[in-house]
Amino acid sequence: MTEELIIAGFGGQGVLSMGKILAYSGIMEDKEVTWFPSYGPEMRGGTANVTVIISDKRISSPIIKHFDTAIILNQQSMDKFEKSVKTGGILLYDPNGIIHPPTRTDISIFKVDATKTAVEMGNPRVFNMIVFGSYLKIRPILTLDNVERGLQKSLPERYHNTIPLNLEAIKKGQELVESLLEV
Amino acid sequence: MVLKDLIKPENLVYGKSKVQEDVYMHYCPGCSHGVVHKILSELIEELGIQEKTVGVAPVGCAVFAYNYIDIDWQQASHGRAPAVATGISRMYPENFVFTYQGDGDLASIGAGEIMHACNRGENILVVFINNGIYGMTGGQMAPTTLEGMVTSTTPTGRNVDLNGYPMKITNLMAQLPGTSYVTRQAVHTAAAARKCKRSLKKAIENVLAKKGTSFVEVVSTCNSGWKMTPVAANIWMEMNMIPYYPLGDIKDSVKGGHIIEK
Amino acid sequence: MADIRLMKGNEVLAEAAIRCGCDGYFGYPITPQSEVMETLMARQPWTETGMVVLQAESEVAAINMVYGAAGSGKKVMTSSSSPGISLMSEGLSYIAGAELPCLVVNVQRGGPGLGTIQPSQADYFQAVKGGGHGDYRLITLAPSSVQEMNDFVDLGFELAIKYRNPAMILTDGALGQMMEKVELANFKPRLTNPEIHEKFGSWATTGKPASRKKNIVTSLVMDSEEMEKNNLRFQKKYRTIEENEVRYETIQCDDAEYILVAFGTSSRVCQKAVEIAREKGLKVGLLRPITLFPFPKKIIKELARRAQGFLSVEMNAGQMVEDIILSVYEAGSTVRVNYFGRMGGIIPTPEEVVEALEEKFSWEISYGVKRSY
Repeated sequence: MTEELIIAGFGGQGVLSMGKILAYSGIMEDKEVTWFPSYGPEMRGGTANVTVIISDKRISSPIIKHFDTAIILNQQSMDKFEKSVKTGGILLYDPNGIIHPPTRTDISIFKVDATKTAVEMGNPRVFNMIVFGSYLKIRPILTLDNVERGLQKSLPERYHNTIPLNLEAIKKGQELVESLLEV
Repeated sequence: MVLKDLIKPENLVYGKSKVQEDVYMHYCPGCSHGVVHKILSELIEELGIQEKTVGVAPVGCAVFAYNYIDIDWQQASHGRAPAVATGISRMYPENFVFTYQGDGDLASIGAGEIMHACNRGENILVVFINNGIYGMTGGQMAPTTLEGMVTSTTPTGRNVDLNGYPMKITNLMAQLPGTSYVTRQAVHTAAAARKCKRSLKKAIENVLAKKGTSFVEVVSTCNSGWKMTPVAANIWMEMNMIPYYPLGDIKDSVKGGHIIEK
Repeated sequence: MADIRLMKGNEVLAEAAIRCGCDGYFGYPITPQSEVMETLMARQPWTETGMVVLQAESEVAAINMVYGAAGSGKKVMTSSSSPGISLMSEGLSYIAGAELPCLVVNVQRGGPGLGTIQPSQADYFQAVKGGGHGDYRLITLAPSSVQEMNDFVDLGFELAIKYRNPAMILTDGALGQMMEKVELANFKPRLTNPEIHEKFGSWATTGKPASRKKNIVTSLVMDSEEMEKNNLRFQKKYRTIEENEVRYETIQCDDAEYILVAFGTSSRVCQKAVEIAREKGLKVGLLRPITLFPFPKKIIKELARRAQGFLSVEMNAGQMVEDIILSVYEAGSTVRVNYFGRMGGIIPTPEEVVEALEEKFSWEISYGVKRSY
C-alpha cells in the first residue's frame, strides 16, 4: 500500500497539522511516512499545502506530480490541484468558498461541509479534523485507535484535553461526507 | 674575578619567568610586545595558572605570540580571536582564556567579534596592543592611526575627511554592560610597565572570578612602522598617542554594571 | 524500546547532536535551517547533557567559535545555509589547515547571492572541492532521508574525529523542512575532560599540564618547505579517506543499461523515476553517492563497463556530473555521461527525469547500442 496525497488550502485551516496527524497515525500503524510542506513565498501568499505519503515500503520522491488523493479546501487549490489527481483517484473538498466545483469525470469526488459543521460544533478549530474524518471514511487506511495515538503524539501535552473533541469531529466527518461521483 | 664567578644563584637579582620561553623574539628592538609578553608570563607564573591558561594569538605581529609563552595556544584568523576565545572559554569555563590582539585585528577587521564578545560578557581577558598602525604588513593605516599621522597608505597623513577619525574602541567597549574592567595602560617606562602589570593582574583575577570581560589596552610604539628610533618612538608616543588615548581605568565595575564616569 | 518519532530534518539534526554527546553548537539564524538552533534552544541540552548552545553574532563568528572549541578537543558543530556557508569558508580552511575535527551542516538553498530560500544542491563544488582557500577537503555526507539526517550527525563526528578533519553534512531545504519517521539514536555520554586529556592531549588546547609540552593550534607555517610537508600529509590523509570511507547505495543497477546518479533530495526523486522508467520498459538503475567526498569513483568505473549511459540528476547547473565524467574517463570508458537538473530552488519531478533520460539517450534507446566516439 502506498498512498500519496496532497492537502491544500489557506494557512490557518490546519492544513499542515492535519497532515502531521495523518503522518503520525501512519507511524502508529507501523508504516513509512513523509510529510513535505510547501514553504517560502507560497506561505506568504496565503495558501498552504502539504504532501503526505504513507507506505508499507521505503518512500521515494517527496515531489509528486500526480496524487492518489487531493484534499482541497479553497478555490486556488482546486484550480491548481484538481488536474493533479491520478485517474481513478480521489478528490475531497469543502464547498465553502468554492465557486467552480470539480468537473473531472475520471476520478471519485467527495464533499464535506466541514466549515459549517465546525461552526455548528461551536469550535471552528476542529474544521481540519472533520475533513480528516471524511478522508478516513473514504480511505480507511488507518484505524481510529491509531489516529487517537497519532493525536496524542502530535499534539503537545497541554492540548491533550482536546483529543475527545477532535475524535468527535473525526466521527462527524465520517458521517457527513457525501459522495458526488464514484468511479 | 671573571664573569662566570658572578653567575651564581645567590647573586641573581632578576630572572625571566619560567613561563616565558627561552627563545629569541621576532619583534623589532624597542617594540612594546616583548614587555607585555614578559608581564603576562610573570603573572601566569605568579598566579599559578599555567595549567589552565589558553591564549589566542591574532593575525598581526603577535601571530607568533605562541612561541614565547609556555601555555596552550590557538592562532586565530584575522580579527576573530574573541570568537575563538569564546569557543574555548565556553567549553572550559574554569580555564583562563585570553586574546592578544593588535589594533588592526581588534578595531578594524575584528570590530564585530570584539564588540559581541564584550557584549556577551565572555569570561575572557582581551589584551589590546594599540600602536596606531599595521605593523606586520608594513605600516599601513589602522583605525587607531592619529589624524595627520603618516603611514604607507596615508602618505600625506591621515585625512579625516577621507579616512575617518582615530577610533577609541576601548571607550566603546567600556559602554557595554558585559565588560567589568576596562583600562588603558602603557609600558614605555618602568613605572608604566609596573602599573600595567597591576592592571593585567586585576584583569586576570576578574576572569578567574568570572566577572565578565576584562579589556586592557596597552598604548604601544611601533618604531619600525613609525620610522623612528625606539627612544624617539617613546617620546612621540607620549607627545601624540597618550593625549588622544589617555591612560587610566575607564571602567571598574561588575558585569551588567555601568561605566564610572571620570 | 526504539524511540520512533515524526520529525523535521532540521529538528532531527539538533536531537541527534544532543544524543551523540556533542559538546557545543554555535550558529547563526538563516532560512531554511533555523529550526536547528531553535530546537536546541527549546531542548536546553545544557540542563541535560551539559552541551553548550550559543547564538553567535554572525556565521563568521560561529565558525571561529567552532574553531576555538574544536581546538580545545571538544565535539562541536555548526549549521547554516548556503550564503552562511560561504561566510564560514575561511574558517573551514583554518580548521582543515589546523587539522581539527568538527561537524558543519549546510542546509542548501538556491543561489548565487541571496538567491532563494528553496532547496538546492548548488553548493556541491563548494563542499567537495574545498570551498575556502588552499588545498583541503571536507568529508562530505549527503543524507537522503530524515533518518539519515539523524544517522549522519554521529557518523560525521566519528569520521571527523577519526581523521582530524572537518566533516560536512550537505543537505538541502527540502530535507530540512520535511518530516519523516525517524528512529532516534540512544544517548551517548559526552567525553569527560580527563577523557579528552587522554585522547586528544597531544594536540588539544585543554590547558597545559606540567606533564606535557604546550599545544599550539595553528595553520600558520612560515617555512614553505615545512608547509609543503604539511600539505603532503593532508593529501595523504585525503587519499586514505578515499580508500576507506566511500559510501554509496545502488538501486536496481544490476541489469541497468542507464544509470541515474543523484544524491540527497534528487536521489529520492530518481528512485521514483527508476520505477516509472522500468514500467516503460527501460532498464534504469540509480547510483546514490552517500559520501560526496570521497566520491564513489570505483563503482562508477565498474558500472561504466556495462552501462549504456549515465545521467547525473542534480538541483544545480551540473556539478557532480564533472566528477562522474572524471571517473568514467579514468576507467577508459567512452560511455556517455549526461546531466539533467533544475535550478533556483526547483526540485525536478520524477517524470521530468524520465523525459530527460529518454531525450538525452534517444539514440542509444532507439538503436540499443552504445554510441562510441
